[in-house]
Amino acid sequence: MTKSNNTLWMSGNEAIALGASEAGVKVASGYPGTPSTEIMENLSTYEEVYTEWAPNEKVGLEVALGSSFAGGRALATMKHVGMNVAADPLFTASYTGVCGGLVIVSADDPEMHSSQNEQDNRNYAFAAKLPMLEPSDPGEAKEMVKRAFDLSEELDTPVMLRITTRVSHVKGVVEKGEQSTAHAACGINKIPGKLVMLPAIARQRRVVVEERMNKCSELVETDPFNRIEDGDRSKGFITAGVSYLYVKEAFPDAAVLKLGMCWPLPEKKIREFAAMVDELYIVEELDPFLENHIKAMGIACHGKDVIPNQGELNTAIVRKAIDPGSVPPLFEPIEMPNRPPNMCAGCPHRGIFFNLSRMKVFVSGDIGCYTLGFLPPLSAMDSCVCMGASVPIAHGMVKALGEGSHNKIVSVIGDSTFIHSGITGLINTVYNDSASTLVILDNRITAMTGQQHNPVTGYNIKGEAANAIDLEALCRAVGVKHVYRVNPHDVVETRKVLKEAVELEEPSVVISEAPCVLLPEMKERKPVSYFTNQENCVGCMSCIRLGCPAISWTSFAEGEAEERGFRAKQKGISKIDEILCNDCGQCASLCKFNAITRGEGK
Amino acid sequence: MEDTGNILFSGVGGQGILLASEITVYSLLSAGYDAKKSEVHGMAQRGGSVTAQLRYGKKVYSPLIEPGRADIQMAFEMMEAVRYLPYLHEGSKVIVNTQKILPPSVATGQAEYPENVLDHLTERGIVVVPVDAFDIAREVGEMKTANVVMVGALSAFLPIESTVYEDVIRARVPERFRDVNLKAFEAGRQASK
Repeated sequence: MTKSNNTLWMSGNEAIALGASEAGVKVASGYPGTPSTEIMENLSTYEEVYTEWAPNEKVGLEVALGSSFAGGRALATMKHVGMNVAADPLFTASYTGVCGGLVIVSADDPEMHSSQNEQDNRNYAFAAKLPMLEPSDPGEAKEMVKRAFDLSEELDTPVMLRITTRVSHVKGVVEKGEQSTAHAACGINKIPGKLVMLPAIARQRRVVVEERMNKCSELVETDPFNRIEDGDRSKGFITAGVSYLYVKEAFPDAAVLKLGMCWPLPEKKIREFAAMVDELYIVEELDPFLENHIKAMGIACHGKDVIPNQGELNTAIVRKAIDPGSVPPLFEPIEMPNRPPNMCAGCPHRGIFFNLSRMKVFVSGDIGCYTLGFLPPLSAMDSCVCMGASVPIAHGMVKALGEGSHNKIVSVIGDSTFIHSGITGLINTVYNDSASTLVILDNRITAMTGQQHNPVTGYNIKGEAANAIDLEALCRAVGVKHVYRVNPHDVVETRKVLKEAVELEEPSVVISEAPCVLLPEMKERKPVSYFTNQENCVGCMSCIRLGCPAISWTSFAEGEAEERGFRAKQKGISKIDEILCNDCGQCASLCKFNAITRGEGK
Repeated sequence: MEDTGNILFSGVGGQGILLASEITVYSLLSAGYDAKKSEVHGMAQRGGSVTAQLRYGKKVYSPLIEPGRADIQMAFEMMEAVRYLPYLHEGSKVIVNTQKILPPSVATGQAEYPENVLDHLTERGIVVVPVDAFDIAREVGEMKTANVVMVGALSAFLPIESTVYEDVIRARVPERFRDVNLKAFEAGRQASK
C-alpha cells in the first residue's frame, strides 16, 4: 500500500529485498532462519533476480561468492547462528575480495525470540576484517543495502549488513528509489593472484586486506550514514542500529553521534564528538563492541557499566539506565496460565514425541518446530544445541556410555535440518559405527520459519518443480543398513518400529513421513474432524496426554460422573474441538474404548 | 496532530492479529501519520501469545511501546487482554474480543481459566470496551470478518475519519469480500461507541 507512488510501507526484510533489487543484484542465496527468512522470500518475487534456498549458510555464501567472481552482484542472507556455519568462506572471501559486489546480511536475534543464543555478529566484521553497516529501521536498511553494494565494488571486499529482529520484523515507511546500473557486466575473470588462496598468494592478499581497511577507515569519516546530531551536550550518545531509536525517544534533545557504518569506526569523528560533550554514553545492544573499540582509542565513556549486555534494549531500559529517577511506577503483571507455543493440532511430530516420551531413551534434539517436543506434556527432548548437532551428540553419547547403550539414545532431526548439516553426522555414525537410532521427521517443508522449500520437498524457492532428494536412498547410500519408514499418525505402529530400531546394535534410521498441516495443500483439503463418543469415554486421558490443542478435558464435579451415567470414580471426559481438529487420527489410534471416531456422526 | 499514539495488539497465534493491525496502519498513513510496527515471527507463532506493537505520530523513532505507555490495547482474547498489564496505564482503553481460547494447561485440566478476568483491568481504572466480534461477524454474515469488526471497534478511538478506513478496505480487500468487510467495519465501529 502506498501513500504516494514512491512511499511504501514494508518490513526491514522486505526493504532489504527491494534495496538489493534496486542495486541490481543478480544472484541471492540463503538458508531460512528467523529473523532473516523474509529477505529471500521477498527477493524471490523479483523477476530479474536469481534466488534460491541453499541447503545451509556456508553453501549459500559460497554460491554468492561464485556469482561475485563472475561479476554478478550477489547477496547471501542468514540468521546470526547461520554466520557460524558460513564463517569458513567468510574469512577467506575477505582475502579474495569481489568482482561483482557481495553483500552478506546477518540477522541477529537479541532476546532470542526464536534462537538458541544471542551472539553479537558485529564481532565477525572485526574478526574477518570486513566493512559493516548497521541500519536502524526499514527505510535506512534499504538505502544501506545499496550503499553496501557500491562500497563492496569500490573497496574490493565483501560487505556485511548487520540487522536485528527489530529491523527485520519492524514495518516502517520506505522510499522507493532508482534502479542502479553502474555495476559491471558478468564474465569469466581469471585472476589467480586474487582468487586462488594458496599460502603465497594469501600472504599477498593479507596485505591488501589491511590497505583496504585503512582506505575504508578514511571513507567512513565522511560517510553520511555516520552523522553528528548536535543538541544538549551535557550527556552525549554514540549509538547505532535500533539502539539509536531508543536514545532518540528517551533523550530527544541530547547530542548524538549516529553510526551507520559501524566497522571500521570513524575515529576522528568519534574523537570530535567525545570532545564536544561533557559525559559520553555508548548505547548498544549485546556486546560492548563500540565501547571496547572507543575505549581502546583512550576515550573515557560509559557503556555496559549502565546499559545491559543481555537481551534487547528499549526506550524504557535506556532511560532508566541513564536517568534512574525518571521511571514512573508500572502496574505489576498478574499471574495467569501461560500460553507457550505448541505443536499444531494434527502435527505429525506429536506422534513421534508421544512415543519417545514413553520409551526410556535420551532424546538428542535439533532445531525446528519439533524442538517443541521438549514442552510438557510430551517432555521428550533432552538436548538441543545447534543445526545438525542431534546426530553427532547421540553418537558421542553412545561412545561414552559404551557397551549396552545402543538402545538408550535416539536423535531426532527435521528433513531440512538433516540436509543442512545432519547428513555429515550420520556419515560419522556409520563410519565410526555407533548403534544410535536417528529419527528424521520428514514433514516435506522447512516449517518453523514459515514454510520454505528445501532439497527434499521437490520444489524450489519460487514453488517450481525441482529435483528432490530421496531420504531413504540417501541414508542407505551413506551405509545405514536399517532404514524404516513410518506414518507417525499411526501411533501404535510407530511405537513398534521405534522399539525395533532402537534394539538394533547397528546404526538405524526411522523416517517419519507425514506432511506439515500448515502446507497449503493440507490447508486446502477439507479435513474430516474426529469427535468424541463421550458415552464411551472412560476418562483414561490417553488422548489428553498427546497435548493436542484440539483435545480438552472437562473435570466432573462431585457426583456428576454417576449422574451422567459414568463410573462413580471417573474424573472427567475428554472432548475434541471439531473446528480445531486437523484429521490426523493420532488420538483415535491410541483410544482403546472406541470413544474417538472419524467423520460421520458429527 | 497528536504527538504519538501507542496501540498494543495482543492475541493468540493464528487469530489474524497482523492483518487487523495492517488495516489500521494503512489508514493512519493515509491520514498523514508516520508509523512503525513491530511483530515477532517464528517460534512465538505456534499457538503462543502473540503481540504486535504499533506507534504512530508526526515522527516515530522506536518501534516498541514503552511499558506504561500503551494508550489502546486491542485484545483478541480475554486472558490476552490482561497478560500485558504493565504496558497499560490508568485510563488506557482495552478493546477486547470477548472470546476464550483455552491454553494447554487449562485444556488438559491442570489449571483453571481465570474468572472475571477483565475485572483486573477495570479495578485499575482501565477502560474496557468488550466486543463480541464473532457474534457481530456472524450477524454480518461472514465469520472470517471478526478481525475487521475489531478494526472497526478500534477506529472509534483513533483520530481518523471512517471514510479513510473505508477507502483502505476498498483498496485492500478482494471485490467479492468488500461489502461484507465494510459492513463488518461499520458494525464494529458502532459496537464500541
